[in-house]
Amino acid sequence: MHPVERNGDVVHIRQAIRALAQEGGLSLVDQTKMITAASELARNTLIYGGGGVVRAGAVAKDDRRGVGAVFEDSGPGIADVAQAMTDGWTSGTGMGLGLSGSRRLVDEFDLRTTPGEGTTVTIIKWAR
Amino acid sequence: MSEQADAVDLVDLLSVEGEDLAAAWVREVSGSLGRRVSAAELERELRELYEALVEALRQDAVDVHSEQMSEVRALLTELSRSRARKGFSPTETAISVFALKRVLEPVLRKGSSESVHAYLQLSRLLDELGLFTIETYTQTRDALITAQAEQLLELSTPVVRLWDGVIAVPLVGTLDSARTQVVMEKLLQALVDTGSEQAIIDITGVPAVDTQVAQHLLKTIVAARLMGAECTVSGISPQIAQTIVALGIEFEGIATKASLADALKLALRRSGVDLVAHRDGLR
Ligand SMILES: Nc1ncnc2c1ncn2[C@@H]1O[C@H](COP(=O)(O)OP(=O)(O)O)[C@@H](O)[C@H]1O
Ligand SMILES: [Mg+2]
Repeated sequence: MHPVERNGDVVHIRQAIRALAQEGGLSLVDQTKMITAASELARNTLIYGGGGVVRAGAVAKDDRRGVGAVFEDSGPGIADVAQAMTDGWTSGTGMGLGLSGSRRLVDEFDLRTTPGEGTTVTIIKWAR
Repeated sequence: MSEQADAVDLVDLLSVEGEDLAAAWVREVSGSLGRRVSAAELERELRELYEALVEALRQDAVDVHSEQMSEVRALLTELSRSRARKGFSPTETAISVFALKRVLEPVLRKGSSESVHAYLQLSRLLDELGLFTIETYTQTRDALITAQAEQLLELSTPVVRLWDGVIAVPLVGTLDSARTQVVMEKLLQALVDTGSEQAIIDITGVPAVDTQVAQHLLKTIVAARLMGAECTVSGISPQIAQTIVALGIEFEGIATKASLADALKLALRRSGVDLVAHRDGLR
């Protein structure tokens, strides 16, 4: 479990995901995609969620293996998920491509959020 | 029992054997520090501290935060900083304070209830001073680490002049927001300083580009353009190219080249330099 409380933590998470992706046998392209998605989501946890935790590890389903990560915060939550998932929409000063872009970068993307309670995003990238 | 009476007891405790106690303290500490602090320096540090402590107690200091303790705090701060800079551990630093407790232990054997009481009081005070030492030590270490990180940031982002009017920044390693910011500021400054109109940002050594890094890059390119300079981004690896496309980031209108060499060729052409290849090589 990795805390996400400051900018440096995002770098640590990227490194942890890189190690897992290499061990998990992901191709270089898939490693880079997974690391980048993790970077986006961890930064959202930090900036919008007010900090939180990331859990990451090897995952397996049937005969597939991969790397999974869960980004969890107890921040304000997202009132309008469809809007947040729209390319280019940001409530801050970002590019508004973190959520929508990460969904395209990974194989499984699950976003759960309750306004006032927090947000949890789960992603998986399978080895091919 | 008034605090006045306690204070006198504490001074007595430290003054009965006068000089000897300070000397025993120095011996006790030097055993644990080895030769990394010179004997003379340690002697000076601890004697000063000893005298300041006795003086503070004489003036009825009650705890580490007392006004009368300010001299003791100042000396301890100096000691902690010096230990932190020399690479001693927190334990090795705090031992300088805690060792005095051990030195005072023999008074317990005399066994009078006043001396036991005084010992416990002083011991509590020394605990506070020890914790104060660790606190100061930690602050110094944090400051050192931050300073080193900043130095590293500076060191790891050289702006090089490749040609008259052409500068380049080779980016290597993980780009966090702080680093990208530094690089970009240095690049813009270098454009001014060298009067260059072509800049190459080479990201061959960058493992991943997320939207934050891309945003910094794009902003820098726009800022450079406003300053009349053109940027070329080189070294975009296939995996980064695919990731950027999937993220949906648009690099339209920005010159990109696979390698630094190609980017240099482009920059030279843009600045009107003709590169002529001699078929037989240079003679
Ligand atoms: N963990 C979160 N908690 C609350 N709001 C979030 C969270 N993650 C994303 N959002 C909202 O979704 C918007 C879009 O996020 P994203 O696509 O990453 O773009 P950006 O980070 O550039 O704003 C954010 O501006 C923010 O309003
Ligand atoms: Mg984002």
